[in-house]
Amino acid sequence: MTGTTGSPLGAPAERREGRQKLTGAARYAAEYTLPGRAQAWPVPAAVAHGRVRAVDTSAALALPGVLAVLTPFDAPRLAEPEDRTLAVLQNPHVPHRGWCVALAVADTLETARAAARAVRVTYDTSPHDAGPVDGHPGGYDPEEAGGQPGRVEHGDPDAAFASAEVRVDVVYRVPPLHNHPMEPHASTAHWDGDRLTVYTSSQGGTAVRSVLAQLFRLPEERITVVAEHVGGGFGSKGTPRPDVVLAALAARHTGRPVTLAYPRRDLPAVVGHRAPTVQRLRLGARPDGRLTAVLHEVTTQTSRVREFVEYAGVVSRVMYATPNLRSTHHVVPLDVPSPSWMRAPGEAPGMYALESALDELADALGLDPVELRVRNEPEREPASGKPFSSRHVVECLREGARRFGWAGRDPRPGVRREGPLLLGTGVAAATYPVQTAPSTATAEARPDGTFVVRLNAADIGTGARTVLAQIAADALGVPLDRVRTEVGHTDLPPAPLAGGSMGTASWGWAVHEACARLAAHPEQGPVVRADTTGTADADSPYARHAFGAHFAEVAVDTVTGEIRVRRLLGIFAAGRILNARTARSQFTGAMIMGLGMALTEHSTLDRAFGDFPESDLASYHVPVHADVPAVEADWIDEHDPHLNPMGSKGIGEIGIVGTAAALGNAVHHATGIRFRELPLTPDRILAGLLSEG
Amino acid sequence: MSSASRPGHHSEVTLRVNGKPHTLRVDHRRVLLDLLREDLDLTGSKKGCDHGQCGACTVLVDGRRLNSCLLLAVTLDGSEVTTVEGLGGDGDEPHPLQRAFLDRDAFQCGYCTPGQLCSAVGMLAEAAAGHLSHVTDPAAPAEGPVPLDRREIRERMSANLCRCGAYPRIVEAIEDVI
Repeated sequence: MTGTTGSPLGAPAERREGRQKLTGAARYAAEYTLPGRAQAWPVPAAVAHGRVRAVDTSAALALPGVLAVLTPFDAPRLAEPEDRTLAVLQNPHVPHRGWCVALAVADTLETARAAARAVRVTYDTSPHDAGPVDGHPGGYDPEEAGGQPGRVEHGDPDAAFASAEVRVDVVYRVPPLHNHPMEPHASTAHWDGDRLTVYTSSQGGTAVRSVLAQLFRLPEERITVVAEHVGGGFGSKGTPRPDVVLAALAARHTGRPVTLAYPRRDLPAVVGHRAPTVQRLRLGARPDGRLTAVLHEVTTQTSRVREFVEYAGVVSRVMYATPNLRSTHHVVPLDVPSPSWMRAPGEAPGMYALESALDELADALGLDPVELRVRNEPEREPASGKPFSSRHVVECLREGARRFGWAGRDPRPGVRREGPLLLGTGVAAATYPVQTAPSTATAEARPDGTFVVRLNAADIGTGARTVLAQIAADALGVPLDRVRTEVGHTDLPPAPLAGGSMGTASWGWAVHEACARLAAHPEQGPVVRADTTGTADADSPYARHAFGAHFAEVAVDTVTGEIRVRRLLGIFAAGRILNARTARSQFTGAMIMGLGMALTEHSTLDRAFGDFPESDLASYHVPVHADVPAVEADWIDEHDPHLNPMGSKGIGEIGIVGTAAALGNAVHHATGIRFRELPLTPDRILAGLLSEG
Repeated sequence: MSSASRPGHHSEVTLRVNGKPHTLRVDHRRVLLDLLREDLDLTGSKKGCDHGQCGACTVLVDGRRLNSCLLLAVTLDGSEVTTVEGLGGDGDEPHPLQRAFLDRDAFQCGYCTPGQLCSAVGMLAEAAAGHLSHVTDPAAPAEGPVPLDRREIRERMSANLCRCGAYPRIVEAIEDVI
């Protein structure tokens, strides 16, 4: 473990790019106003399945200022991508509504938009299948779910459940959810001969470059990818999305720099979403609360473009001790937009279901839900048998309970009234895996006594520049203000994406190594390069996860059905916290996204149309200021020597993981009613209150 | 003949942006947001939805906070526009609210931030002028400034979305300058 009291590590350092963001000087991908830049506007498919028969571009091309309309019949040809969502304008097949079928390019935004609307596309439509997934004959059990086996089973879960003295058998549902980062997906592309430069809104520019190199059959050295400031991603910018491919195609076709800033309403169909899940949870327990069987069976859906499995079942392999376990996934491919990563994919919906079911079990047992979790604390990771590198979920629960005032809670539901309001409190645990990927970085000692750390990390709002400088200063043994960081450009040493809560750990490992070597061996300078291949990705004998506990208090209005959150508290055990200020913001921010998942965010996969009616921010309700009361996050000191040189775990996602279950459990405590489908909107609450009341 | 090629498709407007006069010939379809970003290269005002649903494009027009994505530029002849780039005035010193946002870590990705800042400046002026909100106590005096507690601030700032969830810190930053 490095660093001591007074070290730059852990200090609440201010964001280094803060002033730029606060004065409007920070430029995002669509804001590189290159000379002669044109604007592109996509034409989304208006059918759910079929083929483009023809694209009539004559009216569009007749508009003054229109440069081109790219169609599946004449767009430049790309190599076959591994991710087929990027094979845009390459053939006339329409795999789902919203798929890009043409791209208008014009001098101005207004003309590009008018041109896109003037394009006439005719289709040969085919019947489409947009579910439902329940009982769908086309489903299968995938080999893998989130890089793990699709199915894990130990013991005899069916028999153990059947013979359990106390049983819970419930189904929880999570609807499709949209990432909706505030900056829509955007790219500006510019060709100079056979050199391509793109400014793109991405969580990982290194991967953008390698994908573009493969698609456009170029050596990577001829491609520059810049992602200096990124307006959020939450998984939806984790890999290149169609905007960067389309912008590069349009720029090549027109010979002009081209910006494509995707219209907000088109995003849900083309950038990925959290796939809906139907999760059956069967929990069997002894009267003392010890689990004897956990069966977590997930049914979800994917597109026919590519397989993505929302791996909600994996959490049951981590959380609780049980001799009999089944965790399975079943996925149905449909003619619908492709799902992808959304903040804590797998863990967020999975823990919503598991932690809600556990609350039901606590009820059935007459046991306090904190105590039930403590009683089922495993000694080793249930599915793998590996020891945990560190696991302090019980400490999080205990500390959270103390801070929240949980002791003495009356467990009876539906008894706390305040006028027309019913009040309740709830708890849920959280988990998120520790992941790291190899990275490179350089550290340079400059003659003036300052240092520069360089790597192609992405700052999507996490404060990467700041925390990497802290890691560097700590390893160099110098004050923080003597270290500068450069990120967000492919001229810098390659680095993995900001995703899977692994950015800081992965980048920081390489930064630490380069700086530690430079400090120990200045003669190797002035520039020392580190590459953590083989170490950051080495197998560990330990099960490594962050843990947490969420506590929530709600007021349910029995007249309107509205739920108001009064308090949210999250306590986390995530290794060493490297920047107290930015870490707190990530924890509370993710909890607020969890609040949205629980209460406001609702998308529907419309079966008749095969896409999402709630595709804009007026119909898809992300939480607003008025929805968000006192939200607090804190952490316990956790020292884990089995991680990276900083001793840190990822913190970007765990904050969302337990929030929805804690809120749902609080709603049950308030009302006495179990609502098992998110979100908990007033219509559902009112219907529940009326039918129970 | 298409609308774009019809005569009378453009008009000349003069407006002041952050204290500087600009005379431009604008496409009648051009909204203030695109005028700022495309014509004046003032890209601090952000395009989050282009439909008045997110607030990222909020600027001050003649002192009032408005969604610049919903304002046709041609209607703004003679207007005084303040964007995030102009909040600090002429000097190098940031507006106190910008300083408070930095102190409170009231932003993450930064994309909604210019809108939050402009909206907050406009909101503070509204409250000072006695404008009521949905949550203002009906029994409060009808005249004079409305005191801003957290509930009032949250209510009045609710047209500015933040997907990173910086809301609690934004409210604290606004409280710091009241």
